[in-house]
Amino acid sequence: MKKKLVLIGNGMAGVRTLEELLKIAPEMYDITVFGAEPYGNYNRIMLSPVLAGEKTVDDIMLNDEQWYSDNGITLYKGKSVTEIDRVNRKVVAEDGTTADYDRLLLATGSNPFMIPVPGKDKDGVIAFRDIHDVDTMLQASKDYKKAVVIGGGLLGLEAANGLMKQGMEVTVVHLLDSLMERQLDKPASALLKASLEERGMSFLMEAATAEIIGNGHVQGVRFKDGSEVEADLVVMGVGIVPNAELAKSAGLHCERGIVVNDVMQTFDPAIYAVGECAQHRGIAYGLVAPLFEQGKVAANQLASLGYAHYQGSVTSTKLKVTGIDLFSAGDFNESGDDEVMVLQDPASGTYKKLVINDNRIKGAVLYGDTIDGTWYFQLMREDTSIADFRKTILFGQHDLGDAGHGDETRVMALSDDAEICGCNGVCKGDIVNAISRHGLFTLDDVRAHTKASSSCGSCTGLVEALLASTVGEGYDASPNRQALCKCTEYSHDEVIASIKKHELKSMPAVREFLEWKTPDGCAACRPALNYYLLARWPEEYQDDAQSRFINERAHGNIQKDGTYSVVPRMFGGLVKPDELRTIADVCDKYEVPEMKVTGGQRIDLFGVKKEDLPPLWKDLTDAGFVSGHAYGKAMRTVKTCAGKTWCRFGTQNSTGLGVKLEELTWGSWMPHKFKLAVSGCPRNCAEATIKDFGVVCVDSGYELHIGGNGGIKVRVTDLLTKVDTEEQVLEYCGAFTQMYREEAHYLERTAPWVERVGLTSIKERLLDDEAERKALYERFKISQKVAQVDPWKARAGGAEQHEFTPLQIAG
Amino acid sequence: MTNWTEIAKLEDIPRLGSRVLKTDTMNIALFRTASDEVFAIRDECPHKGGPLSQGIVHGTSVTCPLHNWKIDLASGEALVPDEGCTNTFVTKIEDGRVFLALSAPEEVAA
Repeated sequence: MKKKLVLIGNGMAGVRTLEELLKIAPEMYDITVFGAEPYGNYNRIMLSPVLAGEKTVDDIMLNDEQWYSDNGITLYKGKSVTEIDRVNRKVVAEDGTTADYDRLLLATGSNPFMIPVPGKDKDGVIAFRDIHDVDTMLQASKDYKKAVVIGGGLLGLEAANGLMKQGMEVTVVHLLDSLMERQLDKPASALLKASLEERGMSFLMEAATAEIIGNGHVQGVRFKDGSEVEADLVVMGVGIVPNAELAKSAGLHCERGIVVNDVMQTFDPAIYAVGECAQHRGIAYGLVAPLFEQGKVAANQLASLGYAHYQGSVTSTKLKVTGIDLFSAGDFNESGDDEVMVLQDPASGTYKKLVINDNRIKGAVLYGDTIDGTWYFQLMREDTSIADFRKTILFGQHDLGDAGHGDETRVMALSDDAEICGCNGVCKGDIVNAISRHGLFTLDDVRAHTKASSSCGSCTGLVEALLASTVGEGYDASPNRQALCKCTEYSHDEVIASIKKHELKSMPAVREFLEWKTPDGCAACRPALNYYLLARWPEEYQDDAQSRFINERAHGNIQKDGTYSVVPRMFGGLVKPDELRTIADVCDKYEVPEMKVTGGQRIDLFGVKKEDLPPLWKDLTDAGFVSGHAYGKAMRTVKTCAGKTWCRFGTQNSTGLGVKLEELTWGSWMPHKFKLAVSGCPRNCAEATIKDFGVVCVDSGYELHIGGNGGIKVRVTDLLTKVDTEEQVLEYCGAFTQMYREEAHYLERTAPWVERVGLTSIKERLLDDEAERKALYERFKISQKVAQVDPWKARAGGAEQHEFTPLQIAG
Repeated sequence: MTNWTEIAKLEDIPRLGSRVLKTDTMNIALFRTASDEVFAIRDECPHKGGPLSQGIVHGTSVTCPLHNWKIDLASGEALVPDEGCTNTFVTKIEDGRVFLALSAPEEVAA
């Protein structure tokens, strides 16, 4: 018989927990839900846009009644639970409805804080908490003129903005001298106030409310200094308090909220609590992103998986007032030896402040230009050192959305038909609609539903910005540790480390040791694990063809019609007449429909039928060609310029060095594609400064450059060092390549990898530590012994025949 | 009437891999899972016609190599949130031999 789970509180935190639970253990529980409000689950953080008339109640429904019945959940809406009988494990609602439980989940949320002043119970004094309050305010805006909002924080200002949009004259009363003091420093707060005043909002600062006045219906507010302001409607927007009354009456340990441990369990092991009612490590969160993280953990525990733990959340805030861009995260008021960086442009209404300590971001306040908020927040949560880009950090992540988007980074200003994801043709309107209609909160959700940002990823920043601005602080920023894929809780780094530390040498061994959730992984983790194992144990690991993407299995590049392209390797871009003749003959023989010279100085043969690949390769390998690996996450090409043999400006033999580098590195599997170039002089005709490893020859030696990229996000290389001899070039190249091979995440190119680990640390290990450099180079050469076996020759000789031959009907 | 046609030996199809059967009207992809079940579906992704046989097999689904749609091998349906379906064919394994239920050719084309 199924166990019984009762949820008290039909809001976002509780229902999200159920959704997570249904994903991982759909058959485990009979579920009953009690909700005090007469609705399904709606998106409470979107009440502000409803009040402002920008959305309707239907727009913000997350789970309608159909959802509950589809999932076999009994929903008692409009029924408050008044008693938890922990001895008999049952709950009782005010109308006498009862439900037994084996596990009880409390998600009772919070209550608005009503300032305890005389007159607070008069007609026309309300809070801003649920749909009912919004209805009251909308009605009041039709009947009355003057509104007073008590509270100049997030909640109060959003209420005030909504009422103003409904045509009321609004005065905001705030106890302190600056607005949103928990999220903003004084300069940003002043900008906000000026901007709201410009829209017609009035403020009474440092005003302590003494009494709500009026006969029956409210007529005004009186302050401690004796002054008064007229009002037909008073909204209390000062804050919320966790709703722990029910838990307290059941004898559960409560402080401000219901005290829970790291698995979201209360002091009664059968009872869990999530959301605003819960107090974890002393904090009761009032933002939605932490609630979702808690929900995940609670679901994991309820499903008896038991490995997820909640460690607390770092939160960020956005104000949902259309036209006002404001972002805040972390400790934005400096203290002690913190350093502060400020960029201020009063004319354009821009203010950016970062609080830094030991090259780590501790807090950020952005006003006017918040596009980089998600980036700063990520740097902060991941504790990334900003040493390498301190000088420019305030100007933002300049390469964000650089795939031809240029300055169009202000996504909210874009029209609905503006294309966001160029790979999949997804427009802004599609994304925003999907977010609202399906109630999406994470980047993964948006990727799954719209495909935006799921291919090349260059628009990820734009999609995150859309997500953040569409759902406000509900945006569930990617967690501090990103799991490798949905099959595991472990991150790339943890998987790489475990493979090394515990000497895991096969894919089943990794999946078993790290408790994979799927028996044979998925299309995301299998290629990654195959690569990590290959990179760590080059001489022992048996490559698994079925875990490679088709291009690397078929050793050609799959085209959209299912044919393949073939690129023979031409070392350093050099080619001889006989080789060109062979290529021409091969194209005639196999009726290759199109040939093209590539950007990497190779010849690409398009439209080859799969079954023609092995015989075509035979003709090529007989003439001395090897695979060009143009299809793989592998070392691709070394591009060269003419060099000093011919060029009057050439300082070194760039083609010769290019050939040597390619002979060293060809065949090597990499986390992602990897390109090299050698330019014979600083005119840099081989474009070495946008390559993963580039050499620029100068009269006195060789400049070595790393981490460039000419693709999605153009990134100019960083100068690693200058060396004197070709032998040194080879050694540094091999060592750098091996460091990238061993440490980068699968599908992470050198450009983001260098930015992630920092140029400084790469330099320390490659330049200052000769022993480590030589050891890396040595390991690279060992791995190359295995890797430099031409896959084409093997297949031309009959290997892996099943891959290329269709089945025939027997008989 | 079911017309069982022998297609291959089980060992001809790699575990977590596939083979393609070319017929007059279409290509049929045969997949073998980790637990040696064999599924046959039309070798065309409902999204943009990608050759599903070239995808990575996991559990009882395959990920299309062109745009990463996941297709359920048993039903031929795209996994949510994607929507679409490709034809499926009944298979059986006897004595390590794989049979496919091919009806009259015109039905195969349907």
